[in-house]
Amino acid sequence: MTTLETSGKGRGLAGDTSSAGPRTVSPNVEAQRRADNRRKWSEIALFTGPALVLFALFVVFPVASAMRYSLYKWNGIKKFADAEFIGFENYARALWGGNDPATQQAFKTAYSQPFWDALGHNFLIIFLSMAIQLPLALLIALVLNRSFPGRSFVRVVIFAPYVISEVIAGVMWLIIFDPAGIATHFVEAIGLHPPEGGWFEDQTWGFWTVFFIVTWKYLGLAIILFLAGLSGVTPELQEAAAIDGASWWQIQWRINVPLIGPTIRIWAFLSIIGSIQLFDMVWVLNRGGTTGQYATIATFMMQIGYFRHDVGFGSAVAVIMFLISLVVATAYMLTVLRRDNADADLSR
Amino acid sequence: MSAPTLNQAPPVVPGDDTPVVTPRPAKKGKFDTGVLIAIVVGLAAVALTLGPILYLIIGGFRTQQNLASNPAGLPDPWVFANYLGILKGGIFWRQLLNSTLVALATTIGVVLFGTMAAYPLARYRYRGRELMYLVFATGLMFPLTVAVLPLYLMIRQLGLVGSLWGLIVPQVAFALPLTVVIMRPFLRAIPRELEEAAFVDGVTRVGFFFRIVLPLARPGMITVGVLAFIGSWNAYLLPLLLLTGPQEGMTLPLGVTAFQGQYASATTSIMAYTALSMIPALAFFLLLERRIVDGLSGAVKG
Repeated sequence: MTTLETSGKGRGLAGDTSSAGPRTVSPNVEAQRRADNRRKWSEIALFTGPALVLFALFVVFPVASAMRYSLYKWNGIKKFADAEFIGFENYARALWGGNDPATQQAFKTAYSQPFWDALGHNFLIIFLSMAIQLPLALLIALVLNRSFPGRSFVRVVIFAPYVISEVIAGVMWLIIFDPAGIATHFVEAIGLHPPEGGWFEDQTWGFWTVFFIVTWKYLGLAIILFLAGLSGVTPELQEAAAIDGASWWQIQWRINVPLIGPTIRIWAFLSIIGSIQLFDMVWVLNRGGTTGQYATIATFMMQIGYFRHDVGFGSAVAVIMFLISLVVATAYMLTVLRRDNADADLSR
Repeated sequence: MSAPTLNQAPPVVPGDDTPVVTPRPAKKGKFDTGVLIAIVVGLAAVALTLGPILYLIIGGFRTQQNLASNPAGLPDPWVFANYLGILKGGIFWRQLLNSTLVALATTIGVVLFGTMAAYPLARYRYRGRELMYLVFATGLMFPLTVAVLPLYLMIRQLGLVGSLWGLIVPQVAFALPLTVVIMRPFLRAIPRELEEAAFVDGVTRVGFFFRIVLPLARPGMITVGVLAFIGSWNAYLLPLLLLTGPQEGMTLPLGVTAFQGQYASATTSIMAYTALSMIPALAFFLLLERRIVDGLSGAVKG
């Protein structure tokens, strides 16, 4: 057959004979196979080597280090060899204030409460993405899924915020939602009262302002992805349904939405993972707020792990965040996405 | 492809015995209102998207007093000092250069090493291949945020804090998993006959990779490259920890926050700086709009 296949089989043979000794095969062929085999493995090493080394050194090793550091009391400044091993105390401190009765109450206020608040914000963002962003993006995509004047222009513009970095978009909105800025001006002009302490500092409005900004940044991506999915739906189906007297709503709800189900489910997956790891935008918007009124788990981790030099505790929070995304992602893949993947396998 | 998706649709599909009615007249009336609604929704979306950006760009032409007294109106007078001051100074250009260098180096590294790694994973048969693929695929689950503290300490120990290399190398490493996962099916799709023909002609597998695989896998490499470029261009967390030196050494997103911190009271200057920093990303996007959108929806569809 092909060179590829023969050399593939050659590997197995060479492996067998090297232990049993070259008896059955003539030495010439055997030497040839060994040379082939060696060359194949050196090619594999040549091709995958750089990527594997980079991946091991700069991804796997730091993640493993985070797990290790999370078991120590360490400030990241003195030598790690001198750090004190404290087991799961960092995790306990984040989850319920730690096990030392002398400090538990104080740690609860300083670490545990902000931790749970931040985690709550992450999950609220996930919930609101599904409850607000998803229906909104879907509705807009369905309405725009036809030819109309200016269609391509609208599509380009809608997607633009996704390309702007979270940081630059964040600074822009920081100016717009300044207590003396244009947003306040507008709200007052239509006779409403802007939040007392400013858009971000207000305990309830702060979170909603940030969620609005995140939605501005990411709604376009959802719309464009849904439109791309809709463009794959054959128009015959919709025409046939229309002939049968189905209304616009019926056509959307019964044909278009189910047919782009896989796209919606993947978008939801990306959105959930992104919401758990949300950092840049929230950090730029005053580091999660002065009282952490819209802090996320990632900004909380950076606040303590980097800016307060508590590397051990920060690492524990990082590992918790990692475990949460791992569990959520795996659960989602096993339940919601499994059907899509099975379909995909069948169609191949 | 269409067969399984059809099955998901509820049975609104009419049978063959449905009398064929001329479809056009029935649709005509609905069609017009639909177009109207689409235009209205489209315009609203455009306004909400562009409004803040235009406000920012125009704000760069205001004086500080004008912003305070009449933030909703047009600038009066229009001043160019904010923009000109930034463009004449060296810092903005240096940061633009840094961002470009980092993004280019990251993209080249990711595309080259990622495609190389995907090649044996797609076209060789060897023991441990699926395990190796699984290692990369699992890497998708490791966000930079989890690793960032140890990564920072490690790079500090290597003496690379403040250097662009300290930024580029980890960025390449973290972009590799997605690249390998996207590139493997691309490389797999190259017909076997090509390979056989090349081998008959005496081309080695390394030669086959460089002379035939790379040109054929270009669409995939562009997708992956564009994603890596945007990711690097917008990166903030790693630069925040690593580029703590003078502003000349920063990338643009970090530079914007540094500028904002330094001139906290000069809002209109910050607006000008932010607006200028947006332009390269928007220009890049307009230039490659189709590729980016196709790449993303392709990556999502898997």
